[in-house]
Amino acid sequence: MLWNLPFITVVVLTFIGIVTVLMKKNIIKILLGINILESAVNLFLVSLGYREGGVAPIFTLAPSELMVLPTPQALTLTSIVIGVATSALVLSFAMVLKKKYGTVDINEIRRLQG
Amino acid sequence: MTFVDFIVTNAPALLVAIPLFAAFTIPAVGKISAAARNLWVMGTMLLTAAVAFILAFRVFSTGTVIYVFGAAAANLAVPLDSGGIPIRIIFTVDAMSAFMDVICAIVGTSVLLYSLSSESRNTNLEGYYALYLLMITGVFGMVSTGDFFNFFVFLEILSLASAGIIAYRIDGGLAVEAALKYFILSTLGAILVLFAIGIYYGQYDALNIAMIAQRMQFSMLDKIALVFLVAALAMKCGAVPMHFWTPDAYSMAPSSATAFLVVASQASLYGLFRVVFTMYNMTMNCATVGWIIIILGVLSMVIGVTMAIPQKDIKRLMAYHAVSQTGYMLLGVGVGLAVLGNTTLTSAYGFMAMEGGIFHIFNHAMYKGLLFLTAGAIFYRIGTRDLNKMGGLGHTMKYTMIFFIIGALAIAGIPPFNGFASKLMIYESVYLFNPIFAIIAMVVSILTLASFVKVFHSVFMGPQLPEYADVKEAPLPMLIGMGILAAIVILFGLFPQPVVDMLVAPAANALANQGGYIASVLGGA
Amino acid sequence: MSRIVRTGADFLYPAILIFGLYIVAHGHLTPGGGFQGGAVIATGGALVIVAYSYTEVSEWLSGKVLMGQEVIGLVGFIGVALLAFAFGQVFFFNYLNASGSLFGIPVPYGINAGELNTGGFVPLMNFSVGCEVWGGLTLVILYMLSGIRREES
Repeated sequence: MLWNLPFITVVVLTFIGIVTVLMKKNIIKILLGINILESAVNLFLVSLGYREGGVAPIFTLAPSELMVLPTPQALTLTSIVIGVATSALVLSFAMVLKKKYGTVDINEIRRLQG
Repeated sequence: MTFVDFIVTNAPALLVAIPLFAAFTIPAVGKISAAARNLWVMGTMLLTAAVAFILAFRVFSTGTVIYVFGAAAANLAVPLDSGGIPIRIIFTVDAMSAFMDVICAIVGTSVLLYSLSSESRNTNLEGYYALYLLMITGVFGMVSTGDFFNFFVFLEILSLASAGIIAYRIDGGLAVEAALKYFILSTLGAILVLFAIGIYYGQYDALNIAMIAQRMQFSMLDKIALVFLVAALAMKCGAVPMHFWTPDAYSMAPSSATAFLVVASQASLYGLFRVVFTMYNMTMNCATVGWIIIILGVLSMVIGVTMAIPQKDIKRLMAYHAVSQTGYMLLGVGVGLAVLGNTTLTSAYGFMAMEGGIFHIFNHAMYKGLLFLTAGAIFYRIGTRDLNKMGGLGHTMKYTMIFFIIGALAIAGIPPFNGFASKLMIYESVYLFNPIFAIIAMVVSILTLASFVKVFHSVFMGPQLPEYADVKEAPLPMLIGMGILAAIVILFGLFPQPVVDMLVAPAANALANQGGYIASVLGGA
Repeated sequence: MSRIVRTGADFLYPAILIFGLYIVAHGHLTPGGGFQGGAVIATGGALVIVAYSYTEVSEWLSGKVLMGQEVIGLVGFIGVALLAFAFGQVFFFNYLNASGSLFGIPVPYGINAGELNTGGFVPLMNFSVGCEVWGGLTLVILYMLSGIRREES
């Protein structure tokens, strides 16, 4: 049970993220929901890479030579970098929309229809 | 080693390295002069297209090419001390990937030629061309990679660049609204893909597509991953019921970029086919998944065309037709998937349906690109996309009108054009599978024709309107860009059989033959 | 912001800069690397932008310089990878590893204290990425702040 705790957290975070994305009307809050979802995925990837007793695969002053494969960490790092780009782009979209439409409420950003 | 040898050996890496390098250097080159920048971008694109053709020629003549990044040798997929696991990033270019590379190279070149002229009136073009080259990188990377995480990275490069290019002309905020819608959906889709990657990695300790395919067990978790991937990639390629970003994004993006967004959505379609055919193939229940894809396809066809008919914005109308045409590809390939395990049915019609669907990807990229470019040329000259405000343009924009007719007849599936060739294959094979779907497909084609006759009439026919009396023909580079695509539409319509034999059949074979894909990476059979 | 915050930012900014550069330089030996180090430096940029007003900051944090930094970083990264072709190797091949030149000492196997002069072209890539992220993230923060200012005025 205790070993599954990270995965349970992943499920809870995913749920929170999806609810935030679906229920909130403010673009910034939607972005926060997406960020929570991204954290859920990152936690999922990092938990997959955990091995009991394994240390990070860095020889510099390592406590033991039993090391984990660094692939999940590399994936997580890449995903974080992409997440930064995503956040920056959505925030700048929100800024432009605020300037042009005067609102960041997605109920009022509906000029494209049909 | 001569220069040609060098290009041939390193073609898969150059495919992403050249546009990436050029995209990063554009801000510096743009400081010199606009002409230098245009030359730099065009030279890059031509070089990349040439590399793509060389690579495709090599793949179609000698079989799958693999390229291992950072290894001692380009074909050393499994390092000797890695315990049999391909740990490096691998590009696996089989016939299907090469097929998509060719599409991207042709459309990318003609769209760039077109945009040199169509975008010349705008300022700050360094960013535009950098984003465009990043989109090229994303598509080439997505269709060439043999590593599933790498696929995710290129998917995100493509989403970010596409969102940037859609929002490029802010257009009173409208373009940003479209880009926001597209980008939030893309990000949610990408998160689903990443979850699926995590599931595979947790179970099979591998990210390489061939390795995952070899170890595939089709457990409960794999079913969840399959659902995530089908949902995310079907959304990215604009299939109903996840199509609502398509009309907004396609209509608000700059016209030239819209034509390339079609190719970008087809890269996701390629990802979908790669997942169901190469990674799962016979381990899953092909009939069920095949039927799901068929139903997505039929829904896309019908809903796309019915939504297209009442549209008043010419690019929005074409975008709904793009949704509808995506349905044909899903239908054709879905039928092929549904009967995959059954040798008799596959040889009777399943393989032909797959060929039809894959051929339609090519044809769709050509004629839909052409149609969006003609719409862009009209917008360039008269400054509106509203069909009710147009009229009588046939008097002055003759060549644009001819290109529009070619594209419209091709999308409706009228005989001498390429749309007919692939649609006929889909009709014939789907009729044997289930006559109702074939009839629906034909009805949708007729509605498509009706819709384009309406557009043609309201744009080009009628008396010359006084406000458009001094409208001139589109500039020459735009006409050349359209001409390349139109020539291919006619050529492939007149001689479909050699194309099917040389390009489409190997691509369909490569999709269906999972063992061949695994063997080309991991060795053995 | 108040004088205390400004003075604090004055003292912290060089320290953050040095810490970020340390992370970049030791990317091949310790956890961290180009992106992390660059992000740390960008937080320093964010600190001074918050502590001082936009008009003051924009005088000595030039968008053009940051943009140039970004271009240099990106071109450096892809250029280092492309240089492998000059050595007749495949893309991203680590041609400097164990070559005896800069960063070319063979990596000692097993637990060790860390040898800075190893890693082949990995440190070069860390420098490029660090330079790029430093420029890019600071530029994002700067542009966003400039957008807000323009809206208020």
